[in-house]
Amino acid sequence: MSDSETSQNKYTVIPFGPQHPVLPEPVHLRFIVDEDKIIDVVPNLGYVHRGIERGCELNDYKRNIYLCERVCGICNYIHGMTYSEAIEKVTDTEVPVRAKYLRVIWSELGRLQSHLLWLGLFADAVGFESLFMQVWRDREVILTLNEKTNGHRIHLETNVIGGCRKDIDESLAMAYVEDLSVVRERMEVLRSVFYRDSALKAKCEGKGILPKSKASFLGAVGPTIRGSGIKQDTRMTGYEAYGALGFEPIVHEGEDAYSRMLVRYDEVFQSLDLIDKALKEMPDGPVLNKNTKFPDGTAIARSEQPRGELFYYVEGNGTNKLNRCKIRTPTAANIPPLVLMLIGNEIPDIPTIIHSIDPCISCTERFVQVQKEAS
Amino acid sequence: MPEMLKEILKNLFSQPATVIYPFEKPEPLPKTRGALTWDMNRCDLCQDCERVCPSMAIKIYPEEKKVEYQPFKCLFCFLCIDNCMQQAITNSTAVAAPGYEKRVELFETK
Repeated sequence: MSDSETSQNKYTVIPFGPQHPVLPEPVHLRFIVDEDKIIDVVPNLGYVHRGIERGCELNDYKRNIYLCERVCGICNYIHGMTYSEAIEKVTDTEVPVRAKYLRVIWSELGRLQSHLLWLGLFADAVGFESLFMQVWRDREVILTLNEKTNGHRIHLETNVIGGCRKDIDESLAMAYVEDLSVVRERMEVLRSVFYRDSALKAKCEGKGILPKSKASFLGAVGPTIRGSGIKQDTRMTGYEAYGALGFEPIVHEGEDAYSRMLVRYDEVFQSLDLIDKALKEMPDGPVLNKNTKFPDGTAIARSEQPRGELFYYVEGNGTNKLNRCKIRTPTAANIPPLVLMLIGNEIPDIPTIIHSIDPCISCTERFVQVQKEAS
Repeated sequence: MPEMLKEILKNLFSQPATVIYPFEKPEPLPKTRGALTWDMNRCDLCQDCERVCPSMAIKIYPEEKKVEYQPFKCLFCFLCIDNCMQQAITNSTAVAAPGYEKRVELFETK
């Protein structure tokens, strides 16, 4: 879209955000529209930059776990876990097998509450208020379970480099099994709503199409790419105990916002199954192997967040401070596909399509310094 | 919508899931991480808690024999409780109340 075309009043430019009732977090989108049809979208980030990567360089590397957990308010556990994994790789620390299972349980619990939060927000975006209330009430069971077992509703803070700080004993395992069976029962009731409700289908089916051929080309990750029929999930690499538990990603072929919703709904049950299996198969033993080395060298760690692939790069110099800690969150990868999804749709579909990638803008904001080489 | 109708009717005749907050306060759960207190009869001012605190909310003055604790900086991760050799730090289940100022709490040896 050239500037001359818009300046000749051929098309209208609608600024959307950074503050808008639809958006959970500030992002600015410029919609170039022809009557009601979206012709082009220009995303603009940079409203909630917090300087966490710089903070990671100034902090002691052991304290960074708690800072990294604050990158995202929803999937915090997985951030801390991935950072610990990266440091464990640099320092050659072996994580005990029981700690690996515990990490799977807590990260799946995080995914569960994140997906339930999203299903509620999505129902709210399409105007289905009663479903929104219902799903958020069911999510409360998981948050109370977190508080009952770990003391906090969201931030578990059980990671340390070399394993876990806490353990799950028999009585806690029983609490997990009992409460999660309640969640399973309540979500089973909503199956007919998510799969068959005509109002929900009318609002999302065929909206925000991301073709299978374009999805991997644009680098989509997580439920966004799995909703387009591509089997891509970092959990397939078998990090932590996923390899031992056996994992098969959920894929829907619809390529639209509706199939992305179904992927997330089905993943709720997959997470419940994984937690049940991990609680049953968890071996006895220690949960922490204390590391004695300081990070010297570089390492990367990848893991699957509720929104897609999370990437950490750390560079240590043998002291207690890191040279560099690079974080790449899934929403950064899902913004180019979002632009493609929006083009060709109408203005009333914007909330549905934006919510369908589950945007987490605060996690995405990173500062990139591009140095222009003297030519 | 018809799929949801059964649930909506069930919710209509059941108890509300929420509590009327200022009038009715939910009981804190036994493991809830709440406000910290230092027992100065036990504390040997070794500064272990200050060293492990991720948000630097604790400051120990060994010469003046006092502990300065900032509840508004605290993450309530309880690393200090785990690392205290004298078990001088205890917690309550009551969540810290909101305030107009970022107050600082002082614990001194008498």
